[in-house]
Amino acid sequence: MAEQRKLWPFHGGLHLDDHKAESNASPVRSVALPRRLILPLQQHIGQRAEPVVSVGDAVRKGQLIAQATDYVSASIHAPSSGRVVEIGAAPIPHPSGLSDTCIVIETDGLDSWDELPAAMPDYRNADAADLRERIRWAGIVGLGGAAFPTAVKVNTSGQRPIDTLVINAAECEPYITCDDVLMREQAADVIDGIDILSHLIGARECLIGIEDNKPEAAEALRRAIAGRASGHDDRPIEVVVVPTLYPSGGEKQLILLLTGREVPSHGLPAAVGVLCQNVATVVAVADAVLRGRPLIERIVTVTGGGAKQPGNLRVAIGTPIDFLIAQAGGYSTHINQLILGGPMMGFGLRSDKVPLTKATNCLLAASRTETPNSQPERPCIRCGECARVCPAQLLPQHLYWHARARDFDKAQEYNLFDCIECGCCAYVCPAHIPLVAYYRFAKTEIWAQERDRDKSDLARRRHEARVARLERLEQERKARLRQKKEALDSKSGKTGAGDAKKAAIEAAMQRVAAKKAAQQVESGTE
Amino acid sequence: MQFSISSSPHQSGQQSVTRVMGLVLLALVPGTLAMFWYFGWGPIINLGIATATAVAAEAAVLHLRGRAIGVTLIDLSAVVTAWLLALALPPLLPWWQTAMGSVFAIVVVKQLFGGIGHNPFNPAMAGYVLLLVSFPVTMTRWLPPDVVSGSALSLADSLHIIFSGTPPLGQTWDAISSATPLDQMRTELSQNRMIGEIRQSPLWGDFGGRGWEWIGNWYLLGGLFLIWRRVIGWRIPASMLAGLVLIAGLFWAIDPDTHPFPAFHLFSGGAILGAFFIATDPVSASTTPRGQLIYGALIGLLVFVIRTWGGYPDAVAFAVLLMNMAAPTIDHYTQPRIFGQRGRGDA
Ligand code: SF4
Ligand code: SF4
Repeated sequence: MAEQRKLWPFHGGLHLDDHKAESNASPVRSVALPRRLILPLQQHIGQRAEPVVSVGDAVRKGQLIAQATDYVSASIHAPSSGRVVEIGAAPIPHPSGLSDTCIVIETDGLDSWDELPAAMPDYRNADAADLRERIRWAGIVGLGGAAFPTAVKVNTSGQRPIDTLVINAAECEPYITCDDVLMREQAADVIDGIDILSHLIGARECLIGIEDNKPEAAEALRRAIAGRASGHDDRPIEVVVVPTLYPSGGEKQLILLLTGREVPSHGLPAAVGVLCQNVATVVAVADAVLRGRPLIERIVTVTGGGAKQPGNLRVAIGTPIDFLIAQAGGYSTHINQLILGGPMMGFGLRSDKVPLTKATNCLLAASRTETPNSQPERPCIRCGECARVCPAQLLPQHLYWHARARDFDKAQEYNLFDCIECGCCAYVCPAHIPLVAYYRFAKTEIWAQERDRDKSDLARRRHEARVARLERLEQERKARLRQKKEALDSKSGKTGAGDAKKAAIEAAMQRVAAKKAAQQVESGTE
Repeated sequence: MQFSISSSPHQSGQQSVTRVMGLVLLALVPGTLAMFWYFGWGPIINLGIATATAVAAEAAVLHLRGRAIGVTLIDLSAVVTAWLLALALPPLLPWWQTAMGSVFAIVVVKQLFGGIGHNPFNPAMAGYVLLLVSFPVTMTRWLPPDVVSGSALSLADSLHIIFSGTPPLGQTWDAISSATPLDQMRTELSQNRMIGEIRQSPLWGDFGGRGWEWIGNWYLLGGLFLIWRRVIGWRIPASMLAGLVLIAGLFWAIDPDTHPFPAFHLFSGGAILGAFFIATDPVSASTTPRGQLIYGALIGLLVFVIRTWGGYPDAVAFAVLLMNMAAPTIDHYTQPRIFGQRGRGDA
C-alpha cells in the first residue's frame, strides 16, 4: 500500500520460529462460564485493590467489587452475576507460586448486567479528567503483560507534551496470537480506542507497529482507518509494518524502530514525547468510553503441542485455568510444562488451579520438544554472543559475572536495571547459562537491600524525630520555668516583659520545626 | 495438574560449547593438511602427542578437583588447545617437550585458574612460550618445507627423530633442519644484508617463505569460515592484521632495504593462525566491540615490534600473552554505550 516508512532498527534481536499458525487460524471462540470465578485483588502493578463487597453479597456482571486504593492501583469488577462466597487467600498465577487475597464469586449462570455508567460517544467534548476517570473506573491495565494501570499511564499532564501515540501491535513473542485475532476481528474498536487516546493526550499522530507476519491484521486495521467517519479533528493513524525480529514489541525497541527516538536509560517514553499502549488495552479503553463497560474479559491464546485444540478464547477474567484449558479441548499427551505468557518471557505455572488475570495473554501448554529441559550449565567462555543479541545493548556476560559474584554495585554499574529480561542472551548462550535467572536474582537482592536501607533510614528519621520532640518538650519546660520566674521577677519589678515574649516566640518556632520533622517521617513511609 | 517449572526463556538455540569448539577444529583442518603437505608427518605426530596428553591431563585434574570428567572433556576445549599448540611447534620437536607444553597449558594455565572460561592467558600460547624459553635450540629447529628440500621425511624417520631426539642414522641436524623464514630474515638482516640480496635465496617465494606463505592461506580459509559461522567476530583478526600491515608498511616505506615488504609479515610465521585462531580465543581476549579493535591492533603492532627488535623467532605468542594481560583494562574503558544513553560515549 503506502510506501514503507523509514525504520530505525534496534541492536541485536533474534529470528525465532514464530509458531503463530497453530493458534491464529480460527476465529476467537467463547467459552462457558465457570461455576466459580476467582479474582485476585492484585492483578496489576501498584497497590492492591480494596474489596467493597462482603461474603454473601449478590453481585451483578460489571459491578465494582474491589476499589482502587491508591493513585497507582486498579479496580476490579464482577465478570458475571452471582454471589460472593469467599474473600481470602488463594493461589494466584505468579512466578513465586504464592497465594494472595482473592474474591471468589459463585456464578448464577444468568450473566445479568449491573447498571453501567453512560456511554461517552461525545468524548471529544468531554473533559480529559472525566475520560481518565472513566478509564480508571473500568480498571484497565496494560494488557500486553505489564499490567500497569492505564489511567496513570495516560495522565501526561505535567510532563513534556506527547506528540506521538505508539500502538504496540508487534506481538513479537512466538506462539501468542491474541492481539493478531483481536485486530482482525475488532479493527474498528482498535481505531476507536486510538482516537480516544489521541484526543486524551493530545498526540499529533499515531503509529501502529505490527510485525510483518500478521498481514491480515494489518490489512484489517488499514481498512478500518480508511473507513473512519470523517469530519472530526482526528489525528492521522498509520499502520507501520516492521520486520519480524524478537523483541520488536519491547516498548523501547518499538519506539526506536518507529520513531528513531531512544527512550533514555531509566527514563519513560514520555521523555521523548511518546506514549506507548498495547493494542488490546486500546480496545478496553474503547469499551469503557463508548460502551461504559469495565474490563471483565479478555482474549487469551491457548496453544502449544500440549494443547489439543490450540486457538484463541474470549474468557471472563477470574476463570480458573484448568477449566479454561478443558474448555479449549484439554491437554494432549505431550504436555510437559504450562507457561503463562510466551516461551521467551513467560513464567512456568506449577499448577493450573489458578485464575486467569487481566494480564494473561497466553497459556502455552508446551510439549517436551517445545521446551526441552535445560542443558547443564557450563562456565562462560566469554564468546560475546549474548552481547551481540542484547537489544538493550548491555554486556550480559559482565552482568552475569557480577550477579554471580554477588557484586551488585558492579552489576548496576553495568546497567542491570536496563535489562528488559527478554531472554535473547540466554537463548544464544553456548554455555547454557540461565542468564536471565541470574539477573532476576540480582534485581531481587538489590530491591531487598534497598527496602532494608529504607527501613533503617526510616528508623533513623523516627529516632531523630523523637529526639527532636524530647528536646522540644524540654525547651518548653524550661521556657515555662523561665516565664514563671520572670513573672515572679516582674512582680518584684526586676525585668521587662520583652524576654518573656521572645521565649514564647522561640518555643513556638521550635514546635513548628518539630512538626515538620514528624511530617517528613510520615512522607518517608510512602 | 502439576507441572515442572523452569526459568525463562523456555526455548534456546542449538549452540553449545562443544559445537563452537568443534567448528574451530573443523576450521583448522585445511591449515593442518597444508602443514602435512609441506612438512610431512612431524606436525601430525605432534598433534597426536599434544592431544593425548592434553586430554589425559584435563581428565586427571578434573578428577582431582572432583568434577565430572565427561561433561568437560566433551566440550573439546582441551583438544583445541592441544591442536593450536601442536601447529605452532617445530615439526620434529622431541615428544616429551610437546607433551610438557601441552600438560603445562592445560594444568597450569587453564585448570589452576579454574578451568574453561577462567584462564586469563591463552593456554596454547603460554605452553608455547614455556617451551621456547626452556628449549631454545629444539624450538627453533624447523624443517625446510618439502618444496624447498625436495625430499620428504618418511613416517618412520619422523617417528624416530621425534621419539629418540636424534637425527636419522648417517644424517646431521644441519642437513635436515633449517630456520624459519622469519628467523632467516632476522639473521641475515643482522648481518647487514639488504632485503634484495636476502630474497635471492631459493627459500623465498612470492611474498613470504616458500611453502610457508601458502599455509597462511589455508588458515585464512578456516578463519573466514569461522567468521561466516559467527564463531568468531571479524574485529580482532581484521584489526590485528591491519595493525601489523600498517606498521610494517610504514617502516618498509621509510626504508625498504632493511624492512621486508608488509605481506612478508602477513604470510610468515603465525600471523594468520594467530589472528583468526589465537587472538580470538574469547576467554582471554577483549569482549567489547571497540575493545576488540584496540586489542587486535595492539597485537599486530606488538608482533611487528617483537619480530623486528626482539630476540625470538616469532612474536605472535608473546604479543597475544601481553595483550591478554591488558584485556580486562581495555574492556573497562571501552564499555559500549547502552540503549538510552545516546550522546554519551560513542554512538
Ligand atoms: S553467550 Fe554465554 S558463554 Fe558466551 S559470553 Fe555470553 S554468557 Fe558467556
Ligand atoms: S535479557 Fe537482559 S541482558 Fe539478556 S539480552 Fe535481554 S535485555 Fe539483554
